[in-house]
Amino acid sequence: MGQKITIEPVTRVEGHGKVTIHLDNEGKIEQTRLHIVEFRGFERFVQGRPFWEMPVLVQRLCGICPVSHHLAAAKALDVIVGAGTGEGLTPTGEKMRRLMHYGQIFQSHSLHFFHLASPDLLFGVDGDPAKRNIIGVALEHRDLAVQGVMMRKYGQEVIKATAGKKIHGTGAIPGGINKHLTEEEREYLLHGDEYMNIDKMIAWSQDALAFFHEYHKKNKDIIDHFAEFPSSHLSLVRKDGALDLYHGVLRAVDAEGKKILHDVDYQEYDRYIDEEVRSWSYMKFPYLKEIGKQAGWYTVGPLARMNTAEFIDTPLAQKEFEQFKQYNGGKPSHKSMHMHWARLIEILHAAEKMKELLNDSDLMEGELVTKGNKLPEGVGLIEAPRGTLFHHYKIGENDMIKMANLIVSTTNNNQPMNEAVNQVAVKVMTGKKEITEGMMNAVEVAIRAYDPCLSCATHALGQMPLEFEVYDASNSLIEKKLKH
Amino acid sequence: MISNKSLLIYGFGNPGRQDDGLGIMLAEELRAWSAENQFAFVHTDSNYQLNLEDAANIAGHDVVVFADASREDIPDFLMEPLKPSGKVEFSMHAVSPAFVIHLCGHVFNAHPQAYLLHIKGYEWEFMAAMTEKAKSNLGLAVEHLKKFISGNFVTFP
Repeated sequence: MGQKITIEPVTRVEGHGKVTIHLDNEGKIEQTRLHIVEFRGFERFVQGRPFWEMPVLVQRLCGICPVSHHLAAAKALDVIVGAGTGEGLTPTGEKMRRLMHYGQIFQSHSLHFFHLASPDLLFGVDGDPAKRNIIGVALEHRDLAVQGVMMRKYGQEVIKATAGKKIHGTGAIPGGINKHLTEEEREYLLHGDEYMNIDKMIAWSQDALAFFHEYHKKNKDIIDHFAEFPSSHLSLVRKDGALDLYHGVLRAVDAEGKKILHDVDYQEYDRYIDEEVRSWSYMKFPYLKEIGKQAGWYTVGPLARMNTAEFIDTPLAQKEFEQFKQYNGGKPSHKSMHMHWARLIEILHAAEKMKELLNDSDLMEGELVTKGNKLPEGVGLIEAPRGTLFHHYKIGENDMIKMANLIVSTTNNNQPMNEAVNQVAVKVMTGKKEITEGMMNAVEVAIRAYDPCLSCATHALGQMPLEFEVYDASNSLIEKKLKH
Repeated sequence: MISNKSLLIYGFGNPGRQDDGLGIMLAEELRAWSAENQFAFVHTDSNYQLNLEDAANIAGHDVVVFADASREDIPDFLMEPLKPSGKVEFSMHAVSPAFVIHLCGHVFNAHPQAYLLHIKGYEWEFMAAMTEKAKSNLGLAVEHLKKFISGNFVTFP
């Protein structure tokens, strides 16, 4: 009879995740799964609420990326109020939203790299768990820790200036934005103190990439071969093929880079994408309808965006993009740890974009809102830090929401994360008699590369318990730990 | 009335989840109270949850009071001194107040005196309205903190 090992939850990953690895008597892996164990129905909760509440209401979903939900909901409602699909906003409306979004990308990616990824890179995936965190980084590489803290703070300040406040921001409204950037805010973000100015942010973004390149040179095995598996990739791209994190058309490429979703209008996403329910997980499995449930799954997020885009429209990030493409022979990268590289390129791109926008006078003046004829339905898509985020609403006669469907980034990455977990588990655990802390962390490192937000993916809320369960060979539970 | 110390009251939680917004509400009430009394040494801040950047946000203050809703078995509220802790939380998308002051010490070499004010909450659903009992606990915690500030930080020139 086989034995079952449960690693639960996945530390340093938001929400409640559980990994089960089923071994046979010879230590060979039979099956590996990433389980999501909490569920609350947010989509049902919003039914019957006035549609204009959505950009604020959806921020209750999660305290980690409320800005992405705020903007995706606002984009869907732009359609409903007749302001078009992303291109109908006033220059001020679109640019203020973009600045907010780049601030969100910048702070979220910075948190991931400096707080979650750099400890693994600096101390090794099997390093001492007591050191493998930001405090460990601060003790040995203080400059890196300072950069992480201040880059995160800068992004938060951009959000505050554009969304109006840090909690339940109200900046984006159906059809536009509700404020201009003040001269004082602009000056602070452009030329703040020694640590809080946009040029410093660009310089630090480049430093982070230099750190990564140096590490990559010395650690090709882990960066190039850890959790590597073929996948299709999906994201928004600008109509001319440029990386665009705020708006565009929906493109997917297969493992070889061939287009399999041809730059379609995302208002019709449900013609191309469906979600499969599997009995062992509350999180759905999205797939491309034309290819089918079995092979139609895809990856989203920073790596997917590097694989679908043809170029980047900011010079420093474009240079890095060219290097990335060249390294991968012009083909899509399927290396999970290249996700960190892609994330750093996007940090640099976001910093360059913020500088460009902060020097644009449209932020300080001009019409804020576009008005039009109301429609009964709208879809809003955005490239959130973790990947493509879908918000879809239908309204009834009294302007109340009668249908909501959200596909969040982590749900889009459900199958790739399962593939990554299986890859790593087979590699590090096959034939081993004992499961060590290092092996378990290797599995977690693979999941962390995707930066999943499980509380959001399951539309859950509240405290997530920490559980650790061990089953013996007869499948009986012999140990269970619970922490909060 | 003046103080030569800088005091930060930092509430955190999600006000869209009923009693989870207790810390935020406390910071808001203390902001209004300190403005009314012209206590320029009292500063307030709030967010959904604490994270890395808060090490920078607290570094310039002498005293920090973190305020949060609690679902633990405590009286109506509980205020206790806080010691730095490097303990890694299960989710590093949010960090504990003890972790923030620990990080602040390591990164900025600043060591503000810190307290954690727990306010007991009861309901955590997708609603803005707090429970009546939580509101009552909030009132008690606010009064306690006002006395704490008046008794420890306010002097007469």
